[in-house]
Amino acid sequence: MAKHIDMKQPILDKNDAIASELRARFAEAGVFVLDLLASPGSGKTSTILATIDALRDEFNIAVIEGDIASSVDAEKIKAQGTAAVQINTGGACHLESAMIRRAVDVLDLDRLDLIIIENVGNLVCPTDFDLGENAKVMILSVPEGHDKPLKYPGVFQVSDAVILNKADTMPVFDFDEEEFVSSVKQLNPRVPIFKISATKGDGVDAWTAWLADRIRAAQL
Amino acid sequence: MHELGIMTGVMDSARTAAEGAGAQRLLGVTLSVGEMTEAIEDALQFAFEALCEGDPFFEGATLTVNMIAPKSRCLECGCEFAHDRFHMFCPACDSFATQLIAGRELQIDSIEVDLPDDEEQR
Repeated sequence: MAKHIDMKQPILDKNDAIASELRARFAEAGVFVLDLLASPGSGKTSTILATIDALRDEFNIAVIEGDIASSVDAEKIKAQGTAAVQINTGGACHLESAMIRRAVDVLDLDRLDLIIIENVGNLVCPTDFDLGENAKVMILSVPEGHDKPLKYPGVFQVSDAVILNKADTMPVFDFDEEEFVSSVKQLNPRVPIFKISATKGDGVDAWTAWLADRIRAAQL
Repeated sequence: MHELGIMTGVMDSARTAAEGAGAQRLLGVTLSVGEMTEAIEDALQFAFEALCEGDPFFEGATLTVNMIAPKSRCLECGCEFAHDRFHMFCPACDSFATQLIAGRELQIDSIEVDLPDDEEQR
């Protein structure tokens, strides 16, 4: 005998439940958590280093590094004197909240103001996974091309801010900034766009001022 | 994205619910998937078939995926409008203060199961 059973159950409910638990822990400890999304080679680690450099006098910062393999990025962050936890996803294309929970367990949340999560370099998979973060921010680098919002709309749509990195290379790569801004705004009309050159420091001020406002708000 | 991982979660939940109802076999699963998510219908079907194969509980079950078109509400004029994946401006007042109200679903709506007939049990 066939029977119909109503479920109305979110598919990612396990991930979402852990993310909610993490979000509550972060709020309790007054920690702002940033989930950073980008392609491989867009300058995520350089952007993190520049961000730490600008904010380290005011805030205690830790970094959670998600990579398929290696601890190269975590070593770079640690070399700068910042706490870093490496997560190796072992082939998985995105971070899930259970991985973040394991990483957070080795951090002293009460002493921290900001946790930056460097997600696996990928513009598709991480967009649907809640990690308990306060904000998702994506980095696009100029050499990737101004048409990326048309190819990967999801990530532009879920992001709370967009960083356009390697802005100093625009003339070389024939990057149409107007076209880029217009397609981003169509997808996510209110999102701020920060033009930076992470390794040279250009434009980092505006980005870190935006971030600092949000970190302070999380401490209230 | 990683439809196999998603579908593994679906099958776990479906099996738990089906067994909880005393079912002998799963006949079908219905999902709602928003077009604004990164999940692709074809890949979901493929993963479903792959996971059903060789498992007597799932063998022959069918997957129905209801794709949900994106819809937003304008925070200025209150207009609700359908749109594609790329354009979120309010068509009524051209405001950019809009909020997505449909299109990011990833949900198991229901399952169909085969329950043992009362007569067979006697």
